[in-house]
Amino acid sequence: MNHAAARRRRVGGPPALLVVLGGLGLALFAVPVLALVARIPWSRLPELLVGDVVGDALRISLVASLAATGISALLGVPLAWLLARVEFPGRSVVRGFVTLPLVLPPVVGGAALLFALGRTGLVGGPIYRATGFILPFSIWGVIVATTFVAMPFLVITLEGALRGMDVRYEGAAATLGAGRWTVMRRVTLPMVAPSLIAGLVLTWARALGEFGATITFAGNLQGRTQTLPLAVFVALESDRDAAVALSLIMVAVSLTVLIALRERWWHTL
Amino acid sequence: MAHALIEGLQADLTVLRGSFRLELRLSIPPGRTVALLGPNGSGKSTAVAALAGLLPIDVGRITLQGRTLDDPSNGIYLPPEQRKVGVVFQDYLLFPHLSAIENVAFGLRSRGVAGEAAASAAVAWMGQLGLEGLADHRPRKLSGGQAQRVALARALVVEPDLLLLDEPLSALDVTTRAELRRVLAEHLQRFSGPRLFITHDPTEAFLLADEIHVLEDGKVTQVGSADDIRLRPRTSYAADLAGSNLLLGVASHGVVSVEGQPVHIADTEVAGSVILTIRPSAVALHLRRPEGSARNTWNTAVDHIEHLGDRVRIHIGTPLPLVVEVTSEAVSEMGLAEGGPVWASIKATEISVIPDEASIS
Amino acid sequence: MGSIKRRQVGMLIVLVMTACGVSADAEGEILVSAAASLTDAFAAVETAFEEANPGTDVVLNLGSSSTLREQILEGAPADVFAPANTSNMDQVVEAGENSGEPEIFVTNLLQIAVPAGNPAGITGLADFANEELLIGLCAEEVPCGEFGREALANAGVTPSIDTNEPDVRALLTKVEAGEVDAGIVYVTDVISTECAVEGIEIPEEENVLAKYPIAALGGAPNPDGAAAFVEFVLSDEGQTILADFGFMTP
Repeated sequence: MNHAAARRRRVGGPPALLVVLGGLGLALFAVPVLALVARIPWSRLPELLVGDVVGDALRISLVASLAATGISALLGVPLAWLLARVEFPGRSVVRGFVTLPLVLPPVVGGAALLFALGRTGLVGGPIYRATGFILPFSIWGVIVATTFVAMPFLVITLEGALRGMDVRYEGAAATLGAGRWTVMRRVTLPMVAPSLIAGLVLTWARALGEFGATITFAGNLQGRTQTLPLAVFVALESDRDAAVALSLIMVAVSLTVLIALRERWWHTL
Repeated sequence: MAHALIEGLQADLTVLRGSFRLELRLSIPPGRTVALLGPNGSGKSTAVAALAGLLPIDVGRITLQGRTLDDPSNGIYLPPEQRKVGVVFQDYLLFPHLSAIENVAFGLRSRGVAGEAAASAAVAWMGQLGLEGLADHRPRKLSGGQAQRVALARALVVEPDLLLLDEPLSALDVTTRAELRRVLAEHLQRFSGPRLFITHDPTEAFLLADEIHVLEDGKVTQVGSADDIRLRPRTSYAADLAGSNLLLGVASHGVVSVEGQPVHIADTEVAGSVILTIRPSAVALHLRRPEGSARNTWNTAVDHIEHLGDRVRIHIGTPLPLVVEVTSEAVSEMGLAEGGPVWASIKATEISVIPDEASIS
Repeated sequence: MGSIKRRQVGMLIVLVMTACGVSADAEGEILVSAAASLTDAFAAVETAFEEANPGTDVVLNLGSSSTLREQILEGAPADVFAPANTSNMDQVVEAGENSGEPEIFVTNLLQIAVPAGNPAGITGLADFANEELLIGLCAEEVPCGEFGREALANAGVTPSIDTNEPDVRALLTKVEAGEVDAGIVYVTDVISTECAVEGIEIPEEENVLAKYPIAALGGAPNPDGAAAFVEFVLSDEGQTILADFGFMTP
């Protein structure tokens, strides 16, 4: 090893303190997951993974999280656009409301949803009396609960991107004859696409992991409302191996998607 | 003549932005190029935004080809997409996520023109501007000059009623600027509608515009041809702009022939059409033929003396009409008077030379 | 006073204090892991215990018995364990985590809980098979859920369940809110809501008796405090308090 190369490495490398602290941070995330992996009941794994508890939970989790992501996109994109582009009175209050689910304990969120949309709820009550439709204890309840906690991720991420974008491009598009929807479709959204995608993935990830609001609002019934997190919780009561197996699935699914997310989209978060 | 008035751009506008007030009156018939010349902060960008429809005016009226674009007292305001104003922005604002050809075709596609028709029109325009082969390039891969031409093509392909250019050449380096000036001049000529460009560079204005409006702090302080501004500036700023004398000639072996008059320059290599710029303060005046190192000396007469505060601008006439700046003490000491004879001298090194690639109409 | 007399008085004082459940050693924090259905009752026990034993601070860790069991087995610090069924206690004993034999301190019976006013007109366990109604039970893995299902089996009813709540309090909240039409909880739970929830009796032949054991734990940070607390719960005073909440003596 010659001096020049050694010196280059020393001079150009990251400061030791940062590496140490960063490493500790990584350990905080990695060690619990590794501990989980260490508890895997390898011999029982095939039998545990095949059971219909797993199948039901996985199906419900995927359906609910994807639906929640879709609804978040449908409602969240316009909301983000309004917050970023329109100066209306009370804008900061609205933004506060949007951020609230991020701060509220999910169980509190679930309780609030129950008071609003439950059978005896503020809005749910009249709907029930008029149509007999009940949100809790159905897959729709799960979807509403997960959308409630996950959508803020999309709105906040996208609002940030829309604010950071150079709006003059939209002006340029207008002078070329593009109407407002065309500008949105061909200029604005493509330009914030990386942020939008990152926001959607984050939303989906949050939706997948949602527990407190779901169990409080939608209840817990295998095959109908029991998502993977709920199944893990219930399994912990009786069969720890089953809980580990279910947790494993969640970790595997989440890690796969998050790692597959291209690095450049992470930069936009 | 009245008929001509409803053609082209007719704008009489006032825009208020915070404490800033812009007042502008423009009447540009089709085929005429007007320059709005002013320093940064004078309101040029506000003017562009107001005409393009990105900013509503507060008082006044803008009409283009007979259509009213903005008339607050009558509640009329057309948004940009309905105005048919083609804009070339200072930073070009080429859409970064689209290729060059997609950028050029953008306006047509937005108006509902089918993909193929839009693409072929875009290709044709890119060809006219010498952009062949760049169709699939992303804007970040284009050089400054190429980007500027793509922006121009993008604005022209939709056949706007008014062409608006915001500092079209300021982002370019000197050599590219010269080359682009030629391209710009050519396409400005070819565009049949009214043309307005804004700039802080007097050379651009003098070379490309038929009419110059000098804009200072939101108000137009002078309107006139290039010569009007250069020779008869009304404000200090205009005087500074006009600062440089502009001469055109043909160079050969270190001598430039300006309307038959030989002018010695330092650069012996340059040949062909050139633009000479000479600062008024670089010209020395003498009562007798001077001796010394200045390569250019000649006998002439004082045409006109102008006092602008402490500064005195003296216009000397044939054979080489120039504006000379001297102190008022010098004037009184030398007893200079209009019509009186005087010797002028300029050092060859004080003359800046750039190849002239712009065609002057 | 003579020295002998002084000693006699001292012993008398100690006897009296002991009879009143005061151990001269009990002080400091006492962590009690108790089943959710003991929430209100144990809060009253806590108050009484702390009053009788100044210097102690009873900290109640309430939750589903199975969760608490897991915590103890994983080594979470606790002084006393009071689950709602014996199988959870057995697992703790099996792991050798207890100190001293567990004792049954109260029993509890199940009852059907319906929202105030009984809007769905529930009359008995047979209604639990009605698909039109929203039926909630505790999750099978928790004692309340296990017993509830046993009672339904006793009655020969196949229930149409809409939700399996993680603990009895969560179920009670949903019943109280009117979000479910009926659920099976403990008698004590219905009493605790003070008429916000109505109870419908389950006939004795269908009902299941829940036995609540209590034991001090081996790894207790405060063994003296643990012992004192267990003693108090089993004492007359403790039993009276528990009976006020609807628990039955073993």
